[in-house]
Amino acid sequence: MKISASKNMLKRFRHEFIILAIIVVLSITIGSINSQFYSVGNIYSLLKSTVIMGLFALGSFLVLVSGDIDISFTAIGVFCMYVTSKLVLLVMPGAGIVLIMLIAGLMGVLLGFINAVFISLLKMPGLIVTLGTGSMIRGFLLTFIGVRIINKLPDSMIAFSKITLLHKAQENGHIVGLSIGFVVFIAFAILIYLALKYTVTGRAVYALGGDRVATARVGFNITKVQFFIYGTVGFLSGLAGVTHSSFMRNGNPFDLVGTELSVIAAVVLGGTSITGGKGTVFGAVLGVFLLVLINNSLIMVGIPSYWQRAVVGIIILLSTGSVALQERRSRGV
Amino acid sequence: MKNWFKNIDSNLIRLLIITMIVFIIMAALVPSKFLTLRNIESMSFQFPELGLLSIAIMITMLTGGIDLSVVGIANLSGIFMALIFTKVIPEGTSGFPMFLYLIMGIIVGVSTGAFAGYLNGLLIAKVGITPILATLGTMQLFTGIAVVITKGFAISGFPEAFLIIGNSKILFVSFPLFIFILTTAGISVLLSKTSLGINLYLIGTNEKAAVFSGIRKARVLIKSYMLSGILGGITGVIMIARTNSAKADYGSSYVLQAILVSVLGGVNPAGGFGKVIGVVIAVLALQFLSSGFSMLRFSNFAKEFIWGAFLLFIMVLNFIQNRKAAKNIVKKEDLK
Repeated sequence: MKISASKNMLKRFRHEFIILAIIVVLSITIGSINSQFYSVGNIYSLLKSTVIMGLFALGSFLVLVSGDIDISFTAIGVFCMYVTSKLVLLVMPGAGIVLIMLIAGLMGVLLGFINAVFISLLKMPGLIVTLGTGSMIRGFLLTFIGVRIINKLPDSMIAFSKITLLHKAQENGHIVGLSIGFVVFIAFAILIYLALKYTVTGRAVYALGGDRVATARVGFNITKVQFFIYGTVGFLSGLAGVTHSSFMRNGNPFDLVGTELSVIAAVVLGGTSITGGKGTVFGAVLGVFLLVLINNSLIMVGIPSYWQRAVVGIIILLSTGSVALQERRSRGV
Repeated sequence: MKNWFKNIDSNLIRLLIITMIVFIIMAALVPSKFLTLRNIESMSFQFPELGLLSIAIMITMLTGGIDLSVVGIANLSGIFMALIFTKVIPEGTSGFPMFLYLIMGIIVGVSTGAFAGYLNGLLIAKVGITPILATLGTMQLFTGIAVVITKGFAISGFPEAFLIIGNSKILFVSFPLFIFILTTAGISVLLSKTSLGINLYLIGTNEKAAVFSGIRKARVLIKSYMLSGILGGITGVIMIARTNSAKADYGSSYVLQAILVSVLGGVNPAGGFGKVIGVVIAVLALQFLSSGFSMLRFSNFAKEFIWGAFLLFIMVLNFIQNRKAAKNIVKKEDLK
């Protein structure tokens, strides 16, 4: 069986192509109704909106590929964000953004390791573990650490939200730039892509989602792989938390939790199998783009705000439905 | 196989014992409040909603699916009923005509749930969308329709006669609890005694084998989501009758809570295992914890922490016990 390389590509990335096509069709539709959609300012702001969901989605993607599910990442994100902000304000208000992100990220790694202990050493299903740890982490944060919104964040966090690249002047004379947060998101996407493709641990993540028993027999250290996965999820969540509060210019301990199912939906929409072993970083990123596009562009088309949720629901169903039908056809069912 | 069921049962017994211990501890800590008739009554008004939603999610989990839209369904049903009660019933109606209107409202509510569930089933079984995506989409859709109808406002002011459902008692038993008992008994029989129920478990245990043995998967799946939707509709009836108002986004935190209750009750989210009685015990356990800690003046956030800890505690206990049991029977190769 010889298939030409390009056809092979098309087959391998069929799912990604469908999602890409949906994004293009939606963009053209929105753009033809409101040409403002194509303005640099709007595109930059859309890209900025993908950052938080995107960072979370990368972690979620890893877990789903390994054949499990994690819903505690938003709780980890908000915990790391709030505790780090408080800590930094108390101990060293002048700390740089890189240090702050590292602290939050490492805190996230530790919390992720807690998940890994239950999932890996006690062999419990991720959904159950993270339901428990997620509500414990958030409950702990709101009970013992604080419920007050931090209105004055460390200066470097505020400064981070203002760093922009690729400046362009808009028609009205305003100069707009792309948020550096987007660069961070894409950098981590590439890093995870490379890690999955070229490191042994990365290959083991796919193997684990494909067949756990076989993975163990081949000689992978499953415990190590799972600590890597949940540690990475924690790190990315900590990063997402800090970036979120930096974008919002305040630290709200009630934020983020409640978005976890949409994040998972974005990843699954991007072609990652919910039963593991299958999926690409590119697809997950596209899934995030599509959901953010749907969520943020309805206003541009003139859909009244109280219609938004219904339309979001319909578009999610249409996109997931067309992908599902496509795949059925390609399998010849 | 037999071994597994044995494990499930011993897990249930353990959960039951721990629930009783929780009850006793709470009763010992705050006897003047916890053991009063008033508290028992107030608990019996609170948990049926979460209990019904959890059983709805459990039914879909039996096939390895999930229904994230069930709270959305409850709210949408509630709003359709609210429209009938506030817009359709002429003023001054009472007596038998009023009774007919109420029945009509409830039928509309429950059939809204059934229809919404049917839509979920179609999307999952016929179109082939993963359950988590399909029901996340319909959750937005149902809530969205509810928002469009109400423009985001609450509808309130229902007939006195209807509020009875949410606020009165029949011989010491609260009306919602009465509905809860009837419904769970019905579902329990349905799951264990009818072919639909048995097929549900079979699909969740081994989908391929189930299909090859002649089970019409699509039909069974559609029915299971309809059942979940109907339970959502019934929850909607209780919700609006208890609060005397219907709102598009009421109780959105119920979704994760209901998932928590089902897994705590021994339902396997990957399908095949789970019993109604387990979910009932689990929801009682959480209600005891929740009421008890309220009386000890813990905040809602502390309760969130305690619920999570309780879930992990029970699950770790189960896993350790089950592994011991499994090791005794077959010396399994260690997968490390």
